[in-house]
Amino acid sequence: MRVSITINAVQCLLEIEPGDILLDVLRREGYVEVKGDCHTGDCGACTVLLDGKPVASCLMLAAKADGHAVTTVRGIGDQRHPHALQKAFVHNGAIQCGYCIPGAITSAKALLDENPEPTREDIRLAMDGNYCRCTGYEQQIEAVLEAARELREGGFR
Amino acid sequence: MSSGPTWFRHVTDASAPETHVVGATVDKVDGYALATGAPVYTDDIAVQSFPSRLHGCILGSPIAHGIITSIDTAEAEALPGVHLVLTYKNTPRTFYTTAGQGWPEPSPYDNQMFTEHVRFVGDRVAVVFANTAAIAEKAVKLINVTYQELPAVLDADEAMTEGAPVIHPEDPKGAYDATRNIAAHVDISVGDVDRALTQTDICISETYRSHYAQHTPMETHTALAYPDAFGKIIIVSSTQVPWHARRIVSRILGIPMTQLRVVKPRVGGGFGTKQEVLLEDLVACAAMRTGRPCEIKYTRKEEFISSRTRHPMKIDMAIGCDRDGNFKALKMYVLSNTGAYGSHSLTVMSNTGSKTLPLYNKAHDVRFYGDAVYTNLPVPGAYRGYGATQGYFALECTIDDLAAQLGMDPIALRKQNMIRIGEGSPIFEALGEGRQGVAQTIKSSSLPALLDMGADAIGWSAKRGKRIRSGHRVRGVGMSMHMQGSGIPLIDMASASLKLNEDGSYFLTIGATDIGTGSDTILAQMAAEVLGVGMDKISVLSSDTDLTPFDTGAYASSTTFVSGGAVVKAAKSIRNQIFAVAAQMLGEELDESLVRAEPKVEWDNMQPDPILSFYHMEDGNVVSVRSDRKVPVSDVAYRSYYEVNQRQIATTQSFVSPYSPPPFAAHFAEVEVDELTGKVEVVHYVAAVDCGVSINPSLVRGQILGAVTNGIGFALTEEYRFGSHGNMINASLFDYKILSRRDMPPVDVIVVDNYEPTGPWGAKSVAEIGINGPLPAIGNAIFDATGIRLHASPYTPERVLAALHAKSS
Repeated sequence: MRVSITINAVQCLLEIEPGDILLDVLRREGYVEVKGDCHTGDCGACTVLLDGKPVASCLMLAAKADGHAVTTVRGIGDQRHPHALQKAFVHNGAIQCGYCIPGAITSAKALLDENPEPTREDIRLAMDGNYCRCTGYEQQIEAVLEAARELREGGFR
Repeated sequence: MSSGPTWFRHVTDASAPETHVVGATVDKVDGYALATGAPVYTDDIAVQSFPSRLHGCILGSPIAHGIITSIDTAEAEALPGVHLVLTYKNTPRTFYTTAGQGWPEPSPYDNQMFTEHVRFVGDRVAVVFANTAAIAEKAVKLINVTYQELPAVLDADEAMTEGAPVIHPEDPKGAYDATRNIAAHVDISVGDVDRALTQTDICISETYRSHYAQHTPMETHTALAYPDAFGKIIIVSSTQVPWHARRIVSRILGIPMTQLRVVKPRVGGGFGTKQEVLLEDLVACAAMRTGRPCEIKYTRKEEFISSRTRHPMKIDMAIGCDRDGNFKALKMYVLSNTGAYGSHSLTVMSNTGSKTLPLYNKAHDVRFYGDAVYTNLPVPGAYRGYGATQGYFALECTIDDLAAQLGMDPIALRKQNMIRIGEGSPIFEALGEGRQGVAQTIKSSSLPALLDMGADAIGWSAKRGKRIRSGHRVRGVGMSMHMQGSGIPLIDMASASLKLNEDGSYFLTIGATDIGTGSDTILAQMAAEVLGVGMDKISVLSSDTDLTPFDTGAYASSTTFVSGGAVVKAAKSIRNQIFAVAAQMLGEELDESLVRAEPKVEWDNMQPDPILSFYHMEDGNVVSVRSDRKVPVSDVAYRSYYEVNQRQIATTQSFVSPYSPPPFAAHFAEVEVDELTGKVEVVHYVAAVDCGVSINPSLVRGQILGAVTNGIGFALTEEYRFGSHGNMINASLFDYKILSRRDMPPVDVIVVDNYEPTGPWGAKSVAEIGINGPLPAIGNAIFDATGIRLHASPYTPERVLAALHAKSS
């Protein structure tokens, strides 16, 4: 079947099978910035934004994204133009192996879009589904607080 | 430096030399690539560059122990899209160990690519390579296997009993006594511990049991192999040990090293589990047979069942002391469950003693002995802490009980008995990694400060023994003390190469394997410091067996110390070459012997580097001490490459050290125990650590936080559960609970630097030590809160509640 998904602001017409999982389709189509291994929605590494809301792409049928907008971490910012969250993750030592980071930053982006002034508890709650085995989370929480501050002071979101 | 409710305190050492890049929190060199999801992991490369690759799917054994009486792959092979099925019938029968360790290998050769004899649920039976993963999965189901089931050993306590099923009847090379299922055995004694224990005023003896738990890196094991245009097999793998992987695969498959290259891209976490060759042999074999790129990526379930775990151990710990608490004798017996194969069986068990007992060096009679036994359960291997984690559980909880028996403060008891600067322990020499060790004298330690600052941070004096109660919840505090090592002395070797570029920048190639730890970054910092440049002048390439020099790999807390030593030596060597050219350009004399002198890592501080009294590096320039004149390093490069006495300015240096300076740590936990439900909540945790000079304080903090988080999970929730047939029944991240953000208590990290004279820029290791604290510290806090002593881990509500009930009845 053919679906139309807007990926990182570009409309993509994709030929898929009805049972295809969004994560697998995204990676097959070259959006390998979306990571993920569990395929059970437990680890959060595959998080993308669907019309601005975080979803586990490993649990979602690609067909269900038809007509919707998907944003990956590369749509949030790339190496030439990193987003404040990406900068803050780098500056705060919030990245070790990096495998969970695209999902974590994506969840954080959804949070800041909703709530530009989150508390630590808000961050812990919003990103609770994003497992990280390396960092112990604290520096990631500090990074999100810093990025939120940066975005508020910069006057943009 | 406070940030919200948690703290990071970093106390620097004023005696360390002044530095500009070392000691600074610089960004990780791969930070932005990782933050933006760049295609840097093995599977990303496979997806992007090899869309027509074959996908491998493994058939695992459904039974714990048995013999394959027949295996028919015809139907699977006939399925359209299937290219290759590998079983014991068509693969080399080489015996090897999956453990990626040095040479000669200390683990028994009890593994084959495939065998008729399956030894645990999940053991390899066959692998299918097909056009798609779905076809491969379907084909695996078409393989017809019949098994003759054998009685299984599902309890390590029964492995050595008379009449127990023999798991490795082939008597593997290197196994201690396969007829009794003993993969490895160790027994070292200093003095006469049994006599000493009968003569001491007080003798305490306890038994602790630790459980099956796993690393669970976010990226599962993944390997890709493809033949290049000239027939060379290139393996891209999420490995911690590229060189060991190449050596082992070369041996298994008989491929000469000229035809085999191992490349490590970014790795999505290792923690020890990727110090194993689990998939590289399969993809390399398949790439050779099919001529196609072949990939295998463990599913999360396979990662749990078929990769590696921590060795569960039963430890008998005895301590003898006088009435004043002076330790006289330490005796530790370990029964280590090494599962179906003896990967790391000897060395992990050795570490259980060698990384714990020297901490209390006042005891003069010490015995450490143990057996690592085969069972028909999943295979343990290397895991952050490497046996010390289990050892500290027994040691630090027993000391806590001893303090209670003596009526002493546990901190005071430890201070009285702990190793101090200038002291050694006979254990260092008696017990190494699978062989005799190397004598060590402690040259740096912040332990006294760590104990005091940690106690202060947790509120020890206000809380210890107070059992502050709120309804049915009661609080307590506990602590523990630790050391680890920095590489394996006289075994671990690392090398580094540096080349000078015309613009005055450098290309650093290292064998060191960055698995997310940040080693590419901190090693570049060390080079930049010697060369007087910023991070922007160092380009790093690591871990490629064709392109970078040798390194044993990322394990044994070796990278900062051992690979760092190689980088500092290489930087000094290339710096001296640059000085020689600069001297010519300035028309100044420079003694050739100074230029050619073997660079010494420990010259940083204790002995001045003699050449520095003639020239030094400053901001990309060579500065003459005698004339105060400057030569840009870029000019040196242009002259050497294009003009006068033309030659490459480059070097390769190696580092191997007789030293393995231990980092030290003191951990403190405050817990709240719900006496109604048995739930233990850690409400505050403090990790105070000494890792010498912190090369990059933010990355140091991250290592400690990550290790502590993993350690708290190990203590409270992470546990393999088995069905009656030795089958793991909770093989998913839903059922096997690692800690999430909301599970984490505030963790104070206190880093107290000191200058380790044998380390590169004064550094020691930091990667592993942090995981050893939570199990004993939380156990001791539960004891403080409730008076119950838990001798088995993890501290689940069921276990705590049972102990509370047993106490009250």
